[in-house]
Amino acid sequence: MPRRNDIHNILIIGSGPIVIGQACEFDYSGTQACRVLKSEGYRVVLANSNPATIMTDPDFADRTYIEPLTPEILAKIIEREKPDAVLPTLGGQTGLNLAMALYEQGLVGVPGTPELIGANAEAIATAEDRDKFKQAMIEIGLNVPKSGVAHNMEESLAVLEEIGLPVIIRPAYILGGRGTGIANTMEEFLKIVTDGLDASPIREILIETSIVGWKEYELEVMRDKADNCVIICSIENFDPMGVHTGDSITVAPAQTLSDVEYQKMRDAALACIRRVGVETGGSNVQFALNPANGEMVVIEMNPRVSRSSALASKATGFPIAKIAAKLAVGYTLDEIPNDITRATPASFEPTIDYVVTKIPRWAFEKLPGTSGILGTQMQSVGEAMAIGRTFPESLQKGLRSLEQGRLGLNCDPGESLYDSLDDAALLAKAAIATPERIFQVGEALRRGMGVDRVHEATKIDVWFLDQMQIIIDERHAMADIKVQNVTRAQMRRAKRLGFSDSQLAYLWSSDEMTVRAQRESLGVIPTYKTVDTCSAEFAAETPYHYSTYEDETEVRHSDRPRVIILGSGPNRIGQGIEFDYCCVHSSFALRDAGFETVMVNCNPETVSTDYDTSDRLYFEPLTREDVLNVIAAETIASGGVAPKVIVSLGGQTPLKLSGLIDPALIAGTSPHSIDLAEDREKWNQLCNQLSIPQPPGGTAVTVDEAKVIATRVGFPVLVRPSYVLGGRAMQIVHDQDALQRAMEQMASDGSLGKEGGLSAERPVLIDRFLEDATEVDVDAIRDHTGEVLIGGVMEHVEEAGVHSGDSACAIPPQTLPAWVVEVISEYTKSIATALDVRGLINVQFAVLGTTVYVIEANPRASRTVPFVAKATGVPLAKVASRVMLGATLEELRVEGLLTPPVSGGHVSVKEAVLPFNRFPEVDTALGPEMRSTGEVMGIDRTFGRAFVKSQTAAGTVLPTSGMVFLSLNDGDKPAGLVVAKRLRDLGLGVAATTGTASYLAKFGFPVDRVVGKLSEIEGSTMDNAVELVAQGAISFVVNTPHGRGSREDGEAIRKAANSNRVSSVTTVEAALAAVNGLWEQRLSEVEVCSLQEYHGR
Amino acid sequence: MSNAITEIALVLEDGSVFEGEAIGHVPANGIAVGEVVFNTTLTGYQEVMTDPSYAGQIITFTTSHIGNYGTTHLDDESRGTFARGVIVRDMARRESNWRSEQSLDAMLKAHSLPGIAGIDTRRLTRILRDSGSLRGAFGTADQASLLAAAKADSGTAGIDLVSQVTTPAAYNYGNGKFKVVAYDFGIKSTILSCLAEIATVTVVPASTTAEEVLAMAPQGVFLSNGPGDPEMVGGATAAIRAIVEAGTPTFGICLGHQLLSRAFDGHTFKLPFGHHGGNHPVRNLATGAVEITSQNHNFCVDPDSLAAVADITHLNLNDNTNEGMRLKSHRAFSVQYHPEAGPGPHDSRYLFAQFAEMMEGK
Repeated sequence: MPRRNDIHNILIIGSGPIVIGQACEFDYSGTQACRVLKSEGYRVVLANSNPATIMTDPDFADRTYIEPLTPEILAKIIEREKPDAVLPTLGGQTGLNLAMALYEQGLVGVPGTPELIGANAEAIATAEDRDKFKQAMIEIGLNVPKSGVAHNMEESLAVLEEIGLPVIIRPAYILGGRGTGIANTMEEFLKIVTDGLDASPIREILIETSIVGWKEYELEVMRDKADNCVIICSIENFDPMGVHTGDSITVAPAQTLSDVEYQKMRDAALACIRRVGVETGGSNVQFALNPANGEMVVIEMNPRVSRSSALASKATGFPIAKIAAKLAVGYTLDEIPNDITRATPASFEPTIDYVVTKIPRWAFEKLPGTSGILGTQMQSVGEAMAIGRTFPESLQKGLRSLEQGRLGLNCDPGESLYDSLDDAALLAKAAIATPERIFQVGEALRRGMGVDRVHEATKIDVWFLDQMQIIIDERHAMADIKVQNVTRAQMRRAKRLGFSDSQLAYLWSSDEMTVRAQRESLGVIPTYKTVDTCSAEFAAETPYHYSTYEDETEVRHSDRPRVIILGSGPNRIGQGIEFDYCCVHSSFALRDAGFETVMVNCNPETVSTDYDTSDRLYFEPLTREDVLNVIAAETIASGGVAPKVIVSLGGQTPLKLSGLIDPALIAGTSPHSIDLAEDREKWNQLCNQLSIPQPPGGTAVTVDEAKVIATRVGFPVLVRPSYVLGGRAMQIVHDQDALQRAMEQMASDGSLGKEGGLSAERPVLIDRFLEDATEVDVDAIRDHTGEVLIGGVMEHVEEAGVHSGDSACAIPPQTLPAWVVEVISEYTKSIATALDVRGLINVQFAVLGTTVYVIEANPRASRTVPFVAKATGVPLAKVASRVMLGATLEELRVEGLLTPPVSGGHVSVKEAVLPFNRFPEVDTALGPEMRSTGEVMGIDRTFGRAFVKSQTAAGTVLPTSGMVFLSLNDGDKPAGLVVAKRLRDLGLGVAATTGTASYLAKFGFPVDRVVGKLSEIEGSTMDNAVELVAQGAISFVVNTPHGRGSREDGEAIRKAANSNRVSSVTTVEAALAAVNGLWEQRLSEVEVCSLQEYHGR
Repeated sequence: MSNAITEIALVLEDGSVFEGEAIGHVPANGIAVGEVVFNTTLTGYQEVMTDPSYAGQIITFTTSHIGNYGTTHLDDESRGTFARGVIVRDMARRESNWRSEQSLDAMLKAHSLPGIAGIDTRRLTRILRDSGSLRGAFGTADQASLLAAAKADSGTAGIDLVSQVTTPAAYNYGNGKFKVVAYDFGIKSTILSCLAEIATVTVVPASTTAEEVLAMAPQGVFLSNGPGDPEMVGGATAAIRAIVEAGTPTFGICLGHQLLSRAFDGHTFKLPFGHHGGNHPVRNLATGAVEITSQNHNFCVDPDSLAAVADITHLNLNDNTNEGMRLKSHRAFSVQYHPEAGPGPHDSRYLFAQFAEMMEGK
């Protein structure tokens, strides 16, 4: 069944902003889908609100709509583009839910409308509707946990009556397990049911017998139109049932299933995909297995490409998304060649000769108030994957890939954390799933508590625990050796168990480079094996490598000039998909220019770790040891010619390595210049020489030094550690006590090797905080001739003090006078020149009155590079990469890569997307520490309209009726008056706290309802804001936090809004922009327009 | 749990040397020798090790961890092990599975099967892939002795291995509808279980004559899998031809496929490194469907040599080799792969039903 010729024009729905549970993996799958369908000759229309994605690059589709992902907007796109088919299975849960919403409105999937390809509405409903799914599984003879469906509390209690506690509660149509939980008590049951009903868009939950502690597995299945089915990968969870699979350490292939059990599971998975009726593409089916008797139950299935599919693709080399796209347009598996062998068809089941371990990364440190306990609701923000020949090797590589200061499975300074715990306390901690559990288990084993005792407490399978014990036993065996006495056999054993040089250095009280030298002198150097889908049965064409300590390396010789691009590692808040975008664009541009590109990264979700993004992929941790090893391997493979290395596109991860790599190899701006910008003293001197104003400040290593600086410059001060991204540990402090607390926290983090920690090499920066200043970001490129290209000047919507990553911003600037923009451009040019930048530089400014202050400069790719590229049509990352390798801007103009920026006619607004809906216990007020997980972009003819689009895209529900609640700090009250008047013009009611209300009344604006502060209402009859929000009387909240003093009131209101799903803004600037946008939107209908049209292509 | 390690080496006939550690049984003279092949299946090590088709061979597992889920007598494919040794990257120190009765290491010792662990099995597989199956030897002996032993081994081509694995006496198995006689060239238990669902099976030694079989008046005859070179299974082809020409419905698997083909003048030849795994795509040419199959063979039927007498029914999509045929003028069919699985996918078990239909007279 070859390619379908009855369809020509296909709409792909993307997954929108990066949120917890839905990350870069859908950029990976969507990018693959766009590439495949375009190369098959289809016209591709793409809808996605996320500007940081690679798929929204205008080259990947014929029409790219960076528009809010709502059914209304998609309906307009469909009306405008008239696609023949809609492909919803590669855009995550968002894509699937939108497809169902459009289907229900009769806009797709019914005669006379675009066809749903990949999965039809019936299949989606069968898989996603908990009850339908359960019935379907029973029908085909598969076991499911005893359960019942409920739509309200009454039904829920009836179900509980039947099955009894403990139960697990799962809402229908949700992603990443939102609203899911395990109830052991009646109290927990009532709370989780209430939350679960709210989390489900159709207010439906499944209540089922808890099978916590069972073993958990996933199978990735593909099916084609001819009903050929294959399993791509089996995955076994290290963490037993009870922890969301996205929060579990997972291992591929499954390790503890016999063939009898595995084939039973395989049969069940195939029966499941056939019964659900996914016609083509990939699905994943989750199973639980009772370890005592092998009883198997089906947990759920996703009728679409998922996070696990991305993992399975990277784990096996089988490109699930790419194949899924081909299957969706009619091909069958046997008609598609296996990319990797080129000689065999895709209708087979990959087999692997290594072990893959995926370990999630969380961001609890950025979300004070969260318990940090893992459960059935996903909370991680990213993940690292590691490949080793054995589980111990891949586990240790995975743990160091996380970049959280840990060097492997303990055997590092971080393990001192457990010194204060006695055995019983340690085991009690390990029994509870948290990000620390794996290390606690390691420590328990190190203390000799034994595999069985640890298994009893944690239910982690004894095979995994024994494999960890093997690592620990090796550590004990190595402990008595000295670095100079170690033998080749001992060293090789340790390396084969995944020990890093730095772990051995810790064990031997030596240092990493000494261990490295000793290891190399013993001839123990890593070999690089190939991921080939077939365990070497056939010759592989695709060079996708991982390191291990074996006999033979498979990296092929080549004479072409080569460039290593260091990626950005696991996603985290502050460093995510934007940097992957830069790395991928760099690889594309440099490949086109004739370089052989080599990618190093360990994030399985990304496009950068797709084996055909670069000429060669090393799936490796981004540590000094692993990166130096790749450089050495590449040098050997090219007969001794060292490659160039790009460190400035992957965010802070590669930048931190820049000083550890031979400076002669670094492409672009020199490590010396990078350091110059980071080193506060040198940077101050440079600004003085250039006569560029800076807020007064200084650097401190001790509390006393900090206090002296603060006294000199005056409070409030901005306190920030050096060498961090995303404002880790950054704070605005208003007095000496707060300053002392901040310094002490950073000092203790520093001693544990944590990010944002303070040490003599990494002092704390303390600056006068400029209140009410406007913040401006600039991305620019400078080439070796000295020409500087200003890529984009972005004006932030929120005032300075909100982290730029959490702030909305606009291109072009909306309120800055032309001369200010001119000054900013000139300052940027002179800074870039003084730092001798070759490539990208990002400079942050604060404009207060008539003074432009420079806050900081970073000679590297910034988070805003993809946004700027989409706003202006200039491919900044590509241009910068070429410049780093020696091209001039003028040459690139001649070549056609660099075109003039598109300006006028449209305004682009970037807005941050925050994870608060998953963490109801967290204060939603924005500050200098970044907490957003992703971003969206709104483009339209005016700022107001673009801003409203950005809010809609970010999921903020702007008010169209009801009452808006205002609670403003004094500084915001004048602007609040404008907001209040506009709200009334829009026909909305206005409620305010006593203070805000009396201010508004003073200026002739009596509010509709005065609400008491928490402190005021005790014993009075005044309305309580928290209660009003809970009652649904408030449709929108504007609450700006006060910088100093009691914040409890505001925090309670913001939390109430968050947990009742009432949208809120926490800055008056955002409120102003929103009401102005709503006002403009009243005048004419929302319109959609593609990037290609904006860019005049 | 003792961690005492005996360092030993594996030497191939081409002189390649691999360092490893002894596992399982310790061979009396310090040397295990045989034809080295690799198997890419992710699960089912016990079934593979107890499959008589591996007689004369040393099995390399490409999957890095072996022994994780232990062993159980329920998963034995025969009464013992006939392979000469096993090569693994990592042997589990401790197993974990509710079905397990003893560790793999204990099972190897119980079956006197030597092994070597810690090997760069990927390097070994690449060598075997590129140069074809090679003879090899491993053990505590010095490398020169190992090399000499490897070179002295007779390999599997031109050797009668079936006589070493076949049952010494006939026996009955199962209680199904049809009366079937199964030739044991090295039959796997899972095949017997599949047959038992449709038949009462009399398993007979490989040397059983056509007359003896026909005297039992079976409704069908089954030709089993087995080790080695089909050319060396003396007498079987004549018996098979007589049985088939007598009108008995006949079904063959693996070696049985090769023997049925040879019985009707088909040719067989040795593949460079064989097919050993659980993931080979096979097209059923009648339906067009792709089946994921379990495979274990070094020899293969030349389909052109059968053109006059048989229809080709199945094709391997990886290398387009023959996977199945049906005789044009007789009620007999056979497949090269293992529809019974054990280990491997169950996609092709319909063939047993097809055999039943043939015996039904459909």
